[in-house]
Amino acid sequence: MNDFVRAFHFVGDYWSHHLLGSNHSLADLTVQHLVLSLKAMVIAVVIGVPLGMLLGHIHRFSFIAINVSNLGRALPSLGIIAILLPYTGISETTVIIALVVLAAPPILTNTYVAIEQVEVGTVDAARGLGMRPWEVLVKVELPLALPLIFAGIRTSTVFVVATATLSGFFGGGGLGDVIANPASFGTYGVIGASYVLIVLAILSQIVFLTIEYAVTPRALRRPLRWAIRRAPRARNVEADPTRTHPGSGAGADDHPDDPNRQLQLEQGSKIE
Amino acid sequence: MTLGIVRASVLYADKGPKIPDFGKTSDCVKNNGSFCWAWFRHNWSSQFEPRLWEHIELTVVSVGVGFVIAFVLALLAYRARWLAGPVTFVTSVLYTIPSLAAFLILVPITGLGRMTLYIPLTSYTLLILFTNTLAGLTGVPDEIKDAARGNGLTPMQSLWQVELPLAIPTIMAGVRVAVVTIVSLATIAAAVEPVGLGERIFDALNKGNFHTQFIAAGVLCVLLALVADGLLVLLQRVVTPWTRARRTR
Amino acid sequence: MTESIDAPDKGTSGSVSSAAPLEFRDVSKQYPGTASPAIGNLSFTVPAGEVCVLVGPSGCGKTTAMRLVNRMIDLTSGDILIGDKSVTGRSPADLRREIGYVIQQIGLFPHLSIARNITTVPRLLGWSRERCNQRVEELLDLIGLPQDMAKRYPSQLSGGQQQRVGVARALAADPPLMLMDEPFGAIDPINRDNLQNQFLRLQREIRKTIVFVTHDIDEAIKMGDRIVILREGGELVQYDTPDNILANPADEFVAQFVGQDRGLKRLSLTSLGAIDLGPPGDASNGPAVPVTSSLRDALSVLMVESVPALRVTDEHEQVLGSVTIEHINNALHTDTTRVSTPDLVK
Repeated sequence: MNDFVRAFHFVGDYWSHHLLGSNHSLADLTVQHLVLSLKAMVIAVVIGVPLGMLLGHIHRFSFIAINVSNLGRALPSLGIIAILLPYTGISETTVIIALVVLAAPPILTNTYVAIEQVEVGTVDAARGLGMRPWEVLVKVELPLALPLIFAGIRTSTVFVVATATLSGFFGGGGLGDVIANPASFGTYGVIGASYVLIVLAILSQIVFLTIEYAVTPRALRRPLRWAIRRAPRARNVEADPTRTHPGSGAGADDHPDDPNRQLQLEQGSKIE
Repeated sequence: MTLGIVRASVLYADKGPKIPDFGKTSDCVKNNGSFCWAWFRHNWSSQFEPRLWEHIELTVVSVGVGFVIAFVLALLAYRARWLAGPVTFVTSVLYTIPSLAAFLILVPITGLGRMTLYIPLTSYTLLILFTNTLAGLTGVPDEIKDAARGNGLTPMQSLWQVELPLAIPTIMAGVRVAVVTIVSLATIAAAVEPVGLGERIFDALNKGNFHTQFIAAGVLCVLLALVADGLLVLLQRVVTPWTRARRTR
Repeated sequence: MTESIDAPDKGTSGSVSSAAPLEFRDVSKQYPGTASPAIGNLSFTVPAGEVCVLVGPSGCGKTTAMRLVNRMIDLTSGDILIGDKSVTGRSPADLRREIGYVIQQIGLFPHLSIARNITTVPRLLGWSRERCNQRVEELLDLIGLPQDMAKRYPSQLSGGQQQRVGVARALAADPPLMLMDEPFGAIDPINRDNLQNQFLRLQREIRKTIVFVTHDIDEAIKMGDRIVILREGGELVQYDTPDNILANPADEFVAQFVGQDRGLKRLSLTSLGAIDLGPPGDASNGPAVPVTSSLRDALSVLMVESVPALRVTDEHEQVLGSVTIEHINNALHTDTTRVSTPDLVK
């Protein structure tokens, strides 16, 4: 129990001071960690959102779009890194690629579902009013889909922030440098860096929940329930934007009780 | 630039790859080519297979024990709904603890043995298994529960004959997530205790980035997760034949 | 087409008859914390083998009353007796195994085949497998579904088919009483009509005691041997045959509830065959209507064709007599006991 207390001191001592054997402070490492995560997230968003939007708009390839996130989740991150190492070496690139492989699928799936499930009637009305396809996409589908898209990005962010710790083994920097290094920093050091990591994860959740709330059209907001999770009651899981991937059975192959939809209720990935 | 690279470079800077000598070292291995199939086949049963089984064992035991615990908790919370909040909170907190930290914290308590790994791994499964089991049960439509009661099933009979079977898809979905999550985390466990496929990965690091070993271990790891996921999907389809039935006209 | 129903033998404690009378004796139900009871002192008796429809505006307590019978809700005071036995005499589960239960949302178990759905109660009662299989065969015939349906799952059936299975499930253990809560409410109107007709034919065969809840007065008139009209608070306003209620509504509320067109509704309850017809000659060239037509349909034809009289024919096109508006009017104002037996082939 001592270590837990010492860990606090550790954070306090080394937040602004250089850690032993390096010229970085904990604050520096935290920034590195965030930067690394950000790089991966940007790439993941650039890949996932446009592709998801396209597929969702044309209502095609639903099976792939929805199940790719299951696939992405299943892939062990360390395994991916191991496979990449011979090709991209021990570098930040390897870690980023692995992070993108794991972050992009949920974003893709969420975006797909978000766009796809904008009600057919709404889209129809928009077309009937004379909007061109891209206008429909940008002015109607996108705004309605934004909360869900951001929910997907939020999930991926928490995941990436957590998994970026692995870079401590493979030369990417960040908090992993401490967490993966008990030999140098002792158990309390690892715990201390973990405190910081947990705070980062929680903060990113809060930031994104705020963004989601902000981009939800006022009419669709449900204030008190926004951040509170609860088990779904109805047979058809509502598209609750606070869920990670609501997936309300958009695919033609999806049965209303498709467990893939429930599969996507989990909280985002494990902090590595 | 970072401690990681410092560490890695200290290991093998200027020394060239430290390839283990297995007697006749092939050229492929000496040159650290991408994947030396012969080496892999030669060493499969001594180096990789046991690790694979260790990995499977870690996963199965952790998810199995976690499932039992989560199942009991979910049944309790199903009867007494006020429990759902506290249990979710506790399991969430457990889930949030970074795995490396968790393993390390336990070392002084449970020593350098399997328990140090089993305890955190099991606790990481609790959140998803509890959430999905409870969600599966509460997701059973009210009219079906009404029909069950109205036809004379006792609460117990209704639970076991109607509600649980209908909750299976959701529960299985949770099990799938739990399994692949633990497969992934078990690789990380090797940083603390040389066990499972993760051990092969870290070992390869120490051997100067032995490429074949990286790829072998990495691919095995990925395959394990995918195969496990696929098997569970099949299992679920076998156990819930009604979910595939469609109106033919 | 239909086969006789097995009489249930061992296994059930007590009621062995295939239909039992039902009595509400001073029944009250009040939910804790509410100002007034949902049902207050409700009393009436349903003779064995009759369909009693509970009807009224929403909130009148009709569904509550029904659910008190199989103790899905518990009584606050009073008693309900099936045959001579109080419903509180045994455990709710045992009680419910002797009462058929059909609900609006149907509630078939999605994970069980049609056969296992139907044999829910028999299996609870411990029937042998052969007996169960035989019962499934009988019931599928009874409800008019092909035998190969037995192995299918509910999701493979249409709504109408599912509800028929729901009825079969309720009948499986040959209970003396059946409760039906808006059973055809979730079905589209066309199929609803068919289902109602099928059900009436069925009831003529099996003659169960049935409590049928609906908010639709037309359905009540069509389905009920007797109708209980309830007002808010479970207050029984009138309990009588459909014809009597239409002819003599107890008060303004009932009159409003059955609608201003109750005269016409009454006419639809009787066929030409039940009234005195005029001589064939009076309608020499008039259009013909079958003797099985309701008075209401006949009236409609008279008005549409703008003729003074119609020829009434039997199934061989033989003219049996003639009918004018006079005749119909007379029938409407005749002693109600004469036309109180709805003989219309539905």
